[in-house]
Amino acid sequence: MLPSLVPLLPTENDWITFDIPSLAQNFWSATFDGLTFGAIYALVALGYTLVYGVLNLINFAHSEVFIVGCYAVFFTLSSLGFGPSAPRLDIWAIILNLLLALVLAMLASAVTAFLLERIAYKPLRKRNAPRLVFLITAIGASFTIQYLIYLWRGPSPELALTMFRPTPIFDVFGTIVDSQQLVIIIAAVIMMVGIDRFISKSRTGRGIRAVAQDPDTATLMGVNKERIIITTFVIGGLLAGAAALFYVMKIPSGVQYSGGFVLGIKAFAAAVLGGIGNVRGALLGGLLLGLIGNYGQILLGNSQWTDVVAFVVLVLVLLLRPEGILGTSLGRSKA
Amino acid sequence: MSMTDGPTPLHTAAAEQAAEDREASSKGAGKSDLRQRGKRKSGYFSDRWHALSRQQQWAFLSIVVVLAYLLPLLNPPIITTEPGNNFALACFDMARFALIAVGLNVVVGYAGLLDLGYVAFFAVGSYCAAMLTSPDSPYLHIPYLWTLPIAMAVTMFFGVMLGVPTLRLRGDYLAIVTLGFGEIIRILATIIPAMKGQVGFQNVGHPPGTEADGTPIFSNSNGVPWYWLTLTIIIIVTLLVGNLERSRVGRAWIAIREDEDAAEIMGVPTFKYKVWAFAIGAAIGGLSGALFAGQVGFVNNQKFDVTTSILFLAAVVLGGAGNKVGAILGGALVSYIPLRFTAIAEYKYLIFGIALVLIMIFRSQGLLPARQRLLAYGRTALNKITTRDAAKPDSADDSPAGPSSRAAGQRGAEA
Repeated sequence: MLPSLVPLLPTENDWITFDIPSLAQNFWSATFDGLTFGAIYALVALGYTLVYGVLNLINFAHSEVFIVGCYAVFFTLSSLGFGPSAPRLDIWAIILNLLLALVLAMLASAVTAFLLERIAYKPLRKRNAPRLVFLITAIGASFTIQYLIYLWRGPSPELALTMFRPTPIFDVFGTIVDSQQLVIIIAAVIMMVGIDRFISKSRTGRGIRAVAQDPDTATLMGVNKERIIITTFVIGGLLAGAAALFYVMKIPSGVQYSGGFVLGIKAFAAAVLGGIGNVRGALLGGLLLGLIGNYGQILLGNSQWTDVVAFVVLVLVLLLRPEGILGTSLGRSKA
Repeated sequence: MSMTDGPTPLHTAAAEQAAEDREASSKGAGKSDLRQRGKRKSGYFSDRWHALSRQQQWAFLSIVVVLAYLLPLLNPPIITTEPGNNFALACFDMARFALIAVGLNVVVGYAGLLDLGYVAFFAVGSYCAAMLTSPDSPYLHIPYLWTLPIAMAVTMFFGVMLGVPTLRLRGDYLAIVTLGFGEIIRILATIIPAMKGQVGFQNVGHPPGTEADGTPIFSNSNGVPWYWLTLTIIIIVTLLVGNLERSRVGRAWIAIREDEDAAEIMGVPTFKYKVWAFAIGAAIGGLSGALFAGQVGFVNNQKFDVTTSILFLAAVVLGGAGNKVGAILGGALVSYIPLRFTAIAEYKYLIFGIALVLIMIFRSQGLLPARQRLLAYGRTALNKITTRDAAKPDSADDSPAGPSSRAAGQRGAEA
């Protein structure tokens, strides 16, 4: 009765191709570009990882904390006179303007994260709600912020701003590294080293690790758990704000109400890849995911594959090494 | 099967009867709960429902079902979505959402697994129906009704494929993986040529049968037969899911939801039952996707964004996670509100996003709370030991409502 099953199989087999020569040719440029993206992922991933370490909660709304920072960057820079073409300012004025945008974005994201924690999560923690309730609240909060932005700014992306014209700095294996990539990577690495030092050396950082390890004992030892949780959210927000500046620098047309969503998934995948709850893991995972995504995109020849590759990496990590590459949690890292 | 090999105390005829009574009472209480909200919980109407005989309960339920079937023909003046939206089509949309909510309720409500990519299963079901019936697809063509079981089987397969790697881990990973999966299916539909991206598939099949003038009964513009078909499927699926809920599988799900570690220790093969919940939920999602594809007659990559998944989740949470009648109500409401009040349709995502947060903060059990029969005893005992009943041991029978008195009532019903 049934006809042959052969027509069920796709006849067009060209939807997936492996363009190895192209990858070989563009290997180094893909590497530097991937590291740039990876640095951005890593900064956002830190927000996921810190909150997860302390509260054991996937903060779905962190992607919205990030996109609020992007809007802050956009509004700051456009009110300072930046436009689609590169600004005619001398370098120090540009740096000053960018620093201002950075501070405001970090502030905006931190305030969003703070409000989020106070309004959405604190009431749940007070009555000791089950995990599922936290997750649903997180996704609801993310949805709410996303559609508030949608109603305010509409569905289309904001005007692309150019912060500065990337100038070639040096040449590695025949590939030019430009100033934009260099600025993003260096600034992000400085921040990540800073946050790592902060978590491992400072008093507050010790508090964060203590709460991550055992909230009850930490409270008994005199750690103010509420303050630590707030601090964690605010740190995550500050880093997301910083990531927002670099993201807008790298992808000027990415300021859109839904822009945080996919980046959020990738950043979370990065955090899991490195080992969720682990600060250095987020850094490593972010950089690796940036590289893998970029290589995959060139290998498969379509930019949309980046997201698919990131997702497949996430599933593979969960399948093979669910604790991530570095594995240890925030609480168990050395004092 | 490691949970129980012999009959458990619940497995007596009286217990079954009592369980069914309670099941039915949650339906009756549900309707009253909407009217009575704010004053008291479902106690009063629940008691009245219990007081009715079996025959009266069945008579009442059949009236409700008949009214549900007649809904698009009656087109009641205030409830109707016209002008603006054809009421029969609106009924179909409500039924579609209700079916999806019943399916998602198995995953989220019973097993407590957060599935944020449910729309992906819906999409897989839609594409199954489209690719097997549309003349635009170069593959095998089969009659439309056959695509329903095939869509269920294929989505079930996808559910197992996705569930096996992630369900071994803690539940939160599932949330993010399904979220990613929802997005990936949409991207794949765009970049795989065989799925035709935005061009999509037209003239998706429909069930057979033509009217006297030769137009098909199940046409795209006539919602009534589609609504009836979907409603019938909802009733069948709800009965099946209800049976599962009362079986060993359902008890395992609820045990997993309440405390996975404890369930594992008590010998529940948690991984197996989580995969089952995920696969059954996926299959129901695929079924509703195939129905949707048939009714609309056109499938492309534009209808399956992740935000729709969140609407589905809002439907389950609004109705009451773990309560299938609640899920039906929630699904119908989430679809109905934007269709009826077209002025606020633009804000629906915002409204349901805020609703998710508010429900979780203030009434995490939803409109119709799930009855946690299994754990009622344990809860009562715990409450007695720990909190309010510690001072007054006999106060449980005095409090008018609340888990302890409900549990006490149930114990009475089953004794």
